[in-house]
Amino acid sequence: MKNKNKTIDTVWSCILAVASVLYMYPIVMILFNSFKQERAITTNAAFKLPTAETFAGLENYVNAVASKGFLQSLGYSFLITVSSVLAILLFCSMCSWYITRVQGFISNGLYMLFAFSMVVPFQMVMFTLSQTADQLKLNKPWNIWIIYLGFGAGLATFMFAGFMKSIPLEVEEASMIDGCNPLQTYFLIVMPMLKPTMVSVGILEAMWVWNDYLLPTLVLDIKKFKTIPMLIQYFRGSYGRVEMGPMMACIMLTIIPIVIIYLLGQKHIIKGVAAGAVKG
Amino acid sequence: MEKALKKYGPIFVLPTLLAFTIGFIIPFIEGLYLSFCQFTTVKNAKFVGLSNYQSILADEQFISAFGFTVSYAVVSIVVINVIALGLALLLTRELKGTNIFRTVFFMPNLIGGIVLGYIWQILINCVLSIVGQPLLALNSQAGYWGLIILTAWQQIGYMMIIYIAGLQNVPDDLIEAAAIDGANAWQTFWKVKLPMIMSSITVCVFLTLTNSFKLFDQNLALTAGDPAHSTEMLALNIYQTFYSRAGMQWKGFGQAKAVLFCILVVVISFAQLRATRSKEVQR
Repeated sequence: MKNKNKTIDTVWSCILAVASVLYMYPIVMILFNSFKQERAITTNAAFKLPTAETFAGLENYVNAVASKGFLQSLGYSFLITVSSVLAILLFCSMCSWYITRVQGFISNGLYMLFAFSMVVPFQMVMFTLSQTADQLKLNKPWNIWIIYLGFGAGLATFMFAGFMKSIPLEVEEASMIDGCNPLQTYFLIVMPMLKPTMVSVGILEAMWVWNDYLLPTLVLDIKKFKTIPMLIQYFRGSYGRVEMGPMMACIMLTIIPIVIIYLLGQKHIIKGVAAGAVKG
Repeated sequence: MEKALKKYGPIFVLPTLLAFTIGFIIPFIEGLYLSFCQFTTVKNAKFVGLSNYQSILADEQFISAFGFTVSYAVVSIVVINVIALGLALLLTRELKGTNIFRTVFFMPNLIGGIVLGYIWQILINCVLSIVGQPLLALNSQAGYWGLIILTAWQQIGYMMIIYIAGLQNVPDDLIEAAAIDGANAWQTFWKVKLPMIMSSITVCVFLTLTNSFKLFDQNLALTAGDPAHSTEMLALNIYQTFYSRAGMQWKGFGQAKAVLFCILVVVISFAQLRATRSKEVQR
């Protein structure tokens, strides 16, 4: 019985190993195409490895960084993601503490609204949101985080509130009796306990903001500010011949940092996803 | 404590509430109202009653987008959840290389929809040209299956993680008890493991359902609705109504579609939550 299981397990390991290689193939394909010369990247030759004649070296990468504005886009994406995630973590965790600790009409109503906002599709508000953002001048990479705070509040408060219900009230009460005001209690006692949830929420929200395409396209001025997804869409959307080489280089430059971050923080990311699902 | 906290309420609640009002509540209410109007910006709206909604019924593209979205959603929900659950079962058997497999299968999830769409467009077009079929821009069959393969590739890893977490929470003594009672692996799966992970199934079906109905980036990048709007899903159809047609009548029309779309997604998600929640085992 035991032996038979072992052979089956080995067979499954082999099958999964093959599946993993196939799973990674699309990314690998883009990688070697990004080293080909422009004329060698045609529709039916995408599977061919670069040869001595078609090898382009780093030309596509240099082109993408130098003339396609990749670095600016990287900067904008980075600024928007970091500012939005920090704002969401700070303000939404504070808000959820209030919601879970003070019962009443406001708390319940807010909680329901946040939950509702998670289901509503973006198309419902996309036009009016972009107009509101224009009116309030929230259409710059350095203040678009206010919009993201509003739109990301649903998931974040939901996850924070779910966790806070499980932490004992006594600790907080003790600190209040010792003379802390609610702000001190929050920052000195509650926030440190939230660390694991902060990591989970931060990862989920960062994945969303970093990859978001439609919201920044509608809110930001596309001629001045392009985030990375906007830049890649712009390659395709603009009229005339598509420059495949620099585009593939851009795709690779977008994927590589994500993969590195993923490999370094894998444990947290996977935990974050599993934790988010419980409340999802 | 409640009293003291109430006094500080504004500090805790207002920042989020203000941003939520700007980012969600105002646009939502305005959007509801504008669906009964003709307008090009929020300021020149003219009330026209239900006429926007009436013209939706006559819009064949919207109706075909609805059909496309539903058939895509059904197939992709089944494909993603079955494969993800299968992988989760394999990866909880302590096989050699489990960590590597998990890492690999989850990775596509971190890549954004636009980028994914272009990666697969290049790959699928290459396959199509080798087998001598029309490319994606002229081939709606390939567009449909391309979208399913693409989103499966992206989401299987995510759902797999959720199923793994669910399976790891099934108490060992239940599985042992089943083994002592003479249940084989197949029976253990159907009679013990599956009922115990119903809450994971609820979550995963909910996520894949809402993801499929809301799908936009991948649709835009892979096919952009080509050929002739035949692979256009609801979200993309609404976007095109708003932004690729000029004239007074289109924006209100698009907003009315968006309201219908919103009601559809909300109703379907809540119906699904109720349906699968009722099958969950209480512990």
